[in-house]
Amino acid sequence: MAVQGVAIPERAFSPERLSASKIGVWLTTTDHKRIGIMYMLTGFFFFLVGGIEALLIRTQLAVPDNVVLSPDLYNQMFTMHGTTMIFLFVMPFFTGLGNFVVPLMIGARDMAFPRLNALGYWLVLFAGIFLSVSFFAGGAPNAGWFSYAPLTEAINCGRPGALCSPGQNMDFWILGIQLLGLSSILGSLNFVVTILRLRAPGMTINRMPILAWMTMVTSFLLLFALPSLTAASAILFFDRHLGTHFYQAAFGGDPLLWQHLFWSFGHPEVYVLILPAFGIASEVLPVFSRKPLFGYTFVAWSGVAIGFLSFTVWAHHMFAVGLPVTAQSFFATTTTLIAIPTAVKIFNWLGTVYGGKLNMTVAMYFAIGFVAMFLIGGLNGAALAIVPFDYQVTDSYFVVSHIHYVLFGGAALAIFAAIFYWFPKWTGKLLNERLGKIQFWFLIVGLNLAFFPMHLLGLFGMPRRIYTYASNPAWDGLNLLATIGAFTIAVGVLIFIVNFFMSIRGPATAGDDPWDAFTLEWMTTSPPAVYNFKKIPTVRSRRPFYDFKHPDNPDWKSAHH
Amino acid sequence: MRIFSPRKLSRAKLIGWSIPAIVVLGVLFLAGCGGDSSIIDPQGPVALKQSDLFWFIFIVATVVFVAVEGVLIYSVVRFRARPNSPEPRQIHGNTRLEIAWTIVPSLVLFLVLGYTIYTLVGIQEPANKAQTFVNVVGHQWWWEFRYFESAGDAQVDVNALNGQAVQNAPTPTIVTADQLVVPTGTVVHLNLVSTNVIHSFWIPKLTGKTDVVPGHDNHMWFQADTAGTFPGACAEFCGDQHAHMRFEAQSMAMTDYTAWVTAQQKPAHDPDTNTPALTCDQGWPGNDATLALQGKYYFFCKTFAGNNACISCHSVYGSTYGNIKALGVVGPNLTHFGSRDLIAGGVLNNNQDDLTKWLTDPQQWKPGNDMPNLGLSPDEVQALVAYLESLQ
Repeated sequence: MAVQGVAIPERAFSPERLSASKIGVWLTTTDHKRIGIMYMLTGFFFFLVGGIEALLIRTQLAVPDNVVLSPDLYNQMFTMHGTTMIFLFVMPFFTGLGNFVVPLMIGARDMAFPRLNALGYWLVLFAGIFLSVSFFAGGAPNAGWFSYAPLTEAINCGRPGALCSPGQNMDFWILGIQLLGLSSILGSLNFVVTILRLRAPGMTINRMPILAWMTMVTSFLLLFALPSLTAASAILFFDRHLGTHFYQAAFGGDPLLWQHLFWSFGHPEVYVLILPAFGIASEVLPVFSRKPLFGYTFVAWSGVAIGFLSFTVWAHHMFAVGLPVTAQSFFATTTTLIAIPTAVKIFNWLGTVYGGKLNMTVAMYFAIGFVAMFLIGGLNGAALAIVPFDYQVTDSYFVVSHIHYVLFGGAALAIFAAIFYWFPKWTGKLLNERLGKIQFWFLIVGLNLAFFPMHLLGLFGMPRRIYTYASNPAWDGLNLLATIGAFTIAVGVLIFIVNFFMSIRGPATAGDDPWDAFTLEWMTTSPPAVYNFKKIPTVRSRRPFYDFKHPDNPDWKSAHH
Repeated sequence: MRIFSPRKLSRAKLIGWSIPAIVVLGVLFLAGCGGDSSIIDPQGPVALKQSDLFWFIFIVATVVFVAVEGVLIYSVVRFRARPNSPEPRQIHGNTRLEIAWTIVPSLVLFLVLGYTIYTLVGIQEPANKAQTFVNVVGHQWWWEFRYFESAGDAQVDVNALNGQAVQNAPTPTIVTADQLVVPTGTVVHLNLVSTNVIHSFWIPKLTGKTDVVPGHDNHMWFQADTAGTFPGACAEFCGDQHAHMRFEAQSMAMTDYTAWVTAQQKPAHDPDTNTPALTCDQGWPGNDATLALQGKYYFFCKTFAGNNACISCHSVYGSTYGNIKALGVVGPNLTHFGSRDLIAGGVLNNNQDDLTKWLTDPQQWKPGNDMPNLGLSPDEVQALVAYLESLQ
């Protein structure tokens, strides 16, 4: 906005004019809600990009000896599919959701560092573009999202003249990851400070919504885990361009150093991708069950326990690398331990819906679908902790099944639950429930068709990351089924896009509190004003809005508050 | 009593029946359709213990799955909001219940962990039992197998392959590729070597994976209890042709194995029956020469497009053309190529048709592999096929 009394010349560029224009207001914003929406839209855009990559992969594997993708293009595709879905879809979406919702939930007027917040978003956007244009700039990264050295090294690969990783493919990955890591560090610091310092009066740590808890744990995980990835990829860059030998066995380096550094980031990262989903389920299930979350303290602190334990399990990704038996037993034990708090969470969600009065909205469908599918990802994950069995199924399609039940059945379904639940708060409008239910069934059927057969493919000996396979009676049908499943998911996602555009053009009929919800974000307007609340409410329990609506029997009068 | 009458079937019975039903259906399906690389059709003690663990966790997971999904589905059906449903009691939790459902899964998980560690210790290689010693070398993208008489010899070879200065490096008794032949009923010890990227060695029906990591002296063992051919593959992503880094493990009775060893240790078959033997300087052996001999001439004497000669990459032990020897070590050793089932990491089968396809343009079948398109004429291909297939 122009400062009063200062004349702004026509057509001349100025920050004031820019921030007053329709697009400029988004380009220059430091409002956590606008930044949150930009994060989520960007994340969803890259979900579509990663989805197209997935469809290409499944098309190539639909039938034996297929030639849709060349081997190198296939490798680029699965590398970018993993990198995109993890770093450019799930992480930015959860950051965006946290950005929009968490300050409102805890009764803050903005994030603690609004401009840092904007920097974090723009880093993600440009890192995402940088990574994706690599397809058209000489080749995308092609050594997997895990980028194991020495396949990523620019050294002779055991024979003169043939480099392990010629070209700039891996440089795109390293630099892109550095930018995304920086963004995540900034975002995490911002969340930690916001959650610890900007809560409404009366909102003690033990009254925070679980999504705020999980966002805080996630932020700590990123702060402590990302340095390992940053260092690992920086020294990979040194190896490639400055002649160092960190991962090169022939020069006294060690390829396993990369794996240890990568997975000491990579396993906490897995929980970065799922803890916010736990948070979403813990918000959505109670509201539509018309009951408080069962066992709040256990849900919150089991999240913290998972956070700590997630730093002790990294080598379960490395059972086959030749670690000593003692080390393998240690990591099998820690992996067993981390399954316990995860099981506790699932039981508490069951306890929440049990005995409730279930309002089966689309958000509730997705939240229950999340519990049902994440359970499968938890069970086949527990199977992977069984070291001798892991020798058989690691790097087979069994693991592909596991990660997709966790990340699609888990994170992606939770994201759709979040979208259907908070869309009215973001826009003042409701998504179409009928289309939402159709979408839900396409996704559920599709994901089970796509990912369940992969268990069997793993048991039947199909390795991961192969661009083709010779016809094999045990594999052919299952692969075709998985491809049909992938396209079924795609139809579900298309239905959602139609729903989104229909609803965004529709009337703003949602009102401030369409779900009769419990938490602070529903006490303000939809969408909220820039300052969020006219007056910051005072909080006396874990369900402040419930207390407000039930003055006769508020939570703070009962034992649990 | 019609126990399957749906009306009489209580919920508890439904859940009670579904567990064994899933397990039985699962067993039938998995055991029946697994194919030639199924880890649940084990053919040796290592794979057997790994498969036993699978069935154990499968049953535990099925019980948990049915119980949790059962409660979830029951809740959705039973507690769905209806016009007259009352407001539910606002229950915030139950500490006793929380403690119970923390302890119960802990007990189950630690039971699983105990069985895991018990098996882990149980599948370590039995000391001093190994009779067959093979160094497995992972190339991009094929497997080389180097046989030795003793663990000591094999280890010296590993050191030499890793570039260490070694005095009196032992010669392998057999060097072959794509096909690991072992006797049944005995312990096979494998040293795993790579000087390029990380690979992972896997024979699903015989043993799980061990990674082949540059600079690490990894090793593994297995035993085949039945005679047969078991597919294997590289399981760690290793570049463009990771998909075509396959091999076969062939197990055979000790007498057959001994015969195989004897055959493999013989010098390569030589189609040249002339005395004195032909030399490359004499040039083309003539159209009257057998196809195999013509092929041998191309193999030893001729350079093709871009100055590539067969012998600069491939070895054929015990055979010379004049004084020219074939001692290349870039590609597979071809001394007894004709006795193998697979070509080039399993991208094609070893028969005349497939070998003709391969030699005509290796890059078409396995893009990015080290063997260039040599621009061979159909006649040259035909002769080389005849020669290579004669190397039984």
